[in-house]
Amino acid sequence: MIDQIWLVPALPLGGAVALLVAGRRLRGVAGGLASLTVGLSFVVGLLILRDLLALPAESREVTRTLFDWIAVGALRAPVELRVDPLSLVMVLTVTGVGFLIHVYSMEYLHGDPRYPRYFAYLNLFVAAMLTLVLANNFVLLYVGWEGVGLCSYLLIAFWFERKAAADAGKKAFIVTRIGDTAMLLGIFLIFSTFGSVRFDDVFGAAGGLAPATATAISLLLLGGAVGKSAQLPLHTWLPDAMEGPTPVSALIHAATMVTAGVYLVVRAAPIFEASPVALGVVAVVGVVTALYAGLSAIGQDDLKRVLAYSTISQIGYMFLAAGVGAYAVAIFHLVAHAFFKALLFLTAGNVSHATDGEMNMMRLGGLAPRMPRTTAFFAVGALALAGIPIFAGFFSKDQILAAAYAGGFVLWLVGLIAVGLTGFYIARAFFLTFAGRPRHQAHPHEPPPLMNIPVLLLGVGTVAGGLLGLSAETGTIHGFLELGEAGHARGGLSELWLGVIATGVAVAGLALGWRVYISGRVDWQALRERYVALRRALARGLYVDDVYGRFVVLPAKATSAFSAFVVDQRVIDGAVNGLGRVFAGLARAGRRVQTGLVRSYAVAYLLGAVIVLLVVLGRT
Amino acid sequence: MDLLVFWLVAPVSAGAGVLMLFQRNAVHAALLLILNQFTLAVFFVLLDAHFLAAVQVIVYAGAIMVLFLFVIMFLGVDRREALVETIRGQRPLAIGLAALLVAEVVAAVRLGVGTAGVALTPVQGDNVEAVARTLFTRYVFPFEVTSILLIVAAIAAIVLARRREPPAAPVPVAMRAAEPQREPVT
Amino acid sequence: MRTPIAYFLLLSAVLFTIGTVGVLVRRNALVIFMSIELQLNAVNLSLIAFSRHLGQVDGQVLAFFSMVVAAAEVVVGLAIIVSIFRRRVSANVDDVNLLRW
Repeated sequence: MIDQIWLVPALPLGGAVALLVAGRRLRGVAGGLASLTVGLSFVVGLLILRDLLALPAESREVTRTLFDWIAVGALRAPVELRVDPLSLVMVLTVTGVGFLIHVYSMEYLHGDPRYPRYFAYLNLFVAAMLTLVLANNFVLLYVGWEGVGLCSYLLIAFWFERKAAADAGKKAFIVTRIGDTAMLLGIFLIFSTFGSVRFDDVFGAAGGLAPATATAISLLLLGGAVGKSAQLPLHTWLPDAMEGPTPVSALIHAATMVTAGVYLVVRAAPIFEASPVALGVVAVVGVVTALYAGLSAIGQDDLKRVLAYSTISQIGYMFLAAGVGAYAVAIFHLVAHAFFKALLFLTAGNVSHATDGEMNMMRLGGLAPRMPRTTAFFAVGALALAGIPIFAGFFSKDQILAAAYAGGFVLWLVGLIAVGLTGFYIARAFFLTFAGRPRHQAHPHEPPPLMNIPVLLLGVGTVAGGLLGLSAETGTIHGFLELGEAGHARGGLSELWLGVIATGVAVAGLALGWRVYISGRVDWQALRERYVALRRALARGLYVDDVYGRFVVLPAKATSAFSAFVVDQRVIDGAVNGLGRVFAGLARAGRRVQTGLVRSYAVAYLLGAVIVLLVVLGRT
Repeated sequence: MDLLVFWLVAPVSAGAGVLMLFQRNAVHAALLLILNQFTLAVFFVLLDAHFLAAVQVIVYAGAIMVLFLFVIMFLGVDRREALVETIRGQRPLAIGLAALLVAEVVAAVRLGVGTAGVALTPVQGDNVEAVARTLFTRYVFPFEVTSILLIVAAIAAIVLARRREPPAAPVPVAMRAAEPQREPVT
Repeated sequence: MRTPIAYFLLLSAVLFTIGTVGVLVRRNALVIFMSIELQLNAVNLSLIAFSRHLGQVDGQVLAFFSMVVAAAEVVVGLAIIVSIFRRRVSANVDDVNLLRW
């Protein structure tokens, strides 16, 4: 079955092509077709997993070359797919979660005028992500990388009639493009250093890399990862991306886009390993982002924006794990996060579905009696996110913190603070949305079954996902991935104590949220009034976007205006128009020759004859 | 004798040409042109081109000039042309360039054949026979082509000068009824 | 004594130039046409003169063709003049000046 690996990206791609070409005719079955292709990809992935497990552990790395793509000089970039535990875990996560989101979308987007196109984009999105994770060279990976970026633009701006959505789409595209440029430079550097872009050649030679070169390549690749994964300082697009349909947010956050950065760092681990500086940067970026996004999430009033900052924060954890060398843990958290974040987004989609798109928590509240199932599933997702035992998020986060503790006390401490913040903001979001008295006029209702089934399955995954990796040493997924060991635990607290502390902090965060927002002992609305400046700062993500606007966008706009209205209109157009005017003048003078009088022409003719004769005479 | 004839006829020829330019009446100009063409026929005889001399008189001075006169009459004899020039600088320019042209040809003749009398070798045999022999052997194909040219020109003249018929009157209703009906009247 | 060939050539040039001037200064389309005929005749004269000079009848044959073409040309040209006259009631070439800016 491994030989059929090409089916995995080809199925969604085929679905996307079919829907783009004949979407109008396939309108009725568009959702079903799109879901089917992704579902089949998942099945193929499972069959390949079975075959791969049948192989001995050390030979679980199979590549299949489909065809030559770019072969210029020394550059060889074939379309070559790589099946190994890491790519297969990504494939299963992407297709599995992606399939559930497809199914959910069938109901959520029902009746949308661009229903087939939505599924075409969704399929293309999955296909691009699968290309990204299956690629066996950096150039093909970049194709998937850009395909993901394109689809994120198309889907975030799917309701482009709304200016906010169109702007958010552009922002996502442009901001990630900054990272992509860095990544492209990194790929150039890889080619000029190793003379190849194939993973086998590059990673095989990565050990003997000069530290400076390794750092340069790593940081450039990290730039791409930071942009795609919405880490500081290129995170600003993700909160705005909430303008897209909610299932799209789920797909972006859980499976297809933001995880690409983590995957890249883990995949390029041999290069990062060669540069301690780069690894340190990865860890610091991760932990600072986790803290920053946790803080910002507290200030959000929009349920989906809370979840968006939550994603940024959780991806920060994954970077932290990768930065301290715990790659398997990072991927484990990626998988666990895919489950509970998709769950949270789909339940948030239920809320949106039930309240005619109302996502402002200030105008929600008291939904629990009307939507008990949605409330329960959101609670499951929230507990997993907070890292409460038995849920998948507990195990993965616990292992990350343990690895961070081994990597440095400050990393651990900051990560721990972020855990507390996580508990607090998700408790706030839960209580403000589902508990208390209703602050709205709508009559919420549970969604139809087609939307409930994916939620149910994700809920099961969220609860049971922890079984995949009970501990960093013995976990199933860790053993399967074989991505090297995390740093050895240093002296001090044992892993058990670390887990107890982390859980305690998470519970404390949840309890604080409960106390502030539901117990009635604190008047949180009065707090909002009193600390208005702080609230505003948090709500605006500590003004990072505003700083960019002031110092990047405004100068850029001024430069464009100068170039457009002064350089182009005056100088270039002036030159062109001036030239035109010169010729127009010449023509105006020259056309006087054309009198229309035959006899004038005859004189000119005679003149010519005389001159010709003169020349002939002069010759002889 | 030969040279004497030339010097007698040449001024007449040139004079007729010049006078033609100053005739306000087109009929007078045509008559002067006929005179000029007769003088040319004389020169042709001097040059031993007897056949062409005859053609010159019959075709040119005869047929073509009659055609000219016919058109002149057709357009109106009494129509007189004002000899005042309207295009600025046309006349001096024309005459100046013409003078230059003459000068150039004179120079060319001097450079080429020269003005001295040269013993001319007469063409052997009868002129008409010689022309006919050449025309119907070496130039038989161009000769046939000219016949096509003449037919085309004749047709062209008919087409161009034909008076346009007024547009056909609308078809009477009674005739239209005879046409097959496309759609049954409901 | 035979007349030197050059005399005929010079006379031909003079006649041709007279025709040229006629074309340039006259405005009556018919007179212009006659001037063109004069030019053609002048050229015929030089052709026959050369034919005599070279002792070959080819020049005469060429002159003969030139006459045929001239006849055809006169027929078509006069038809055009008649046609224009019908439309504009004028034989003045300066009145036909549509072909301009």
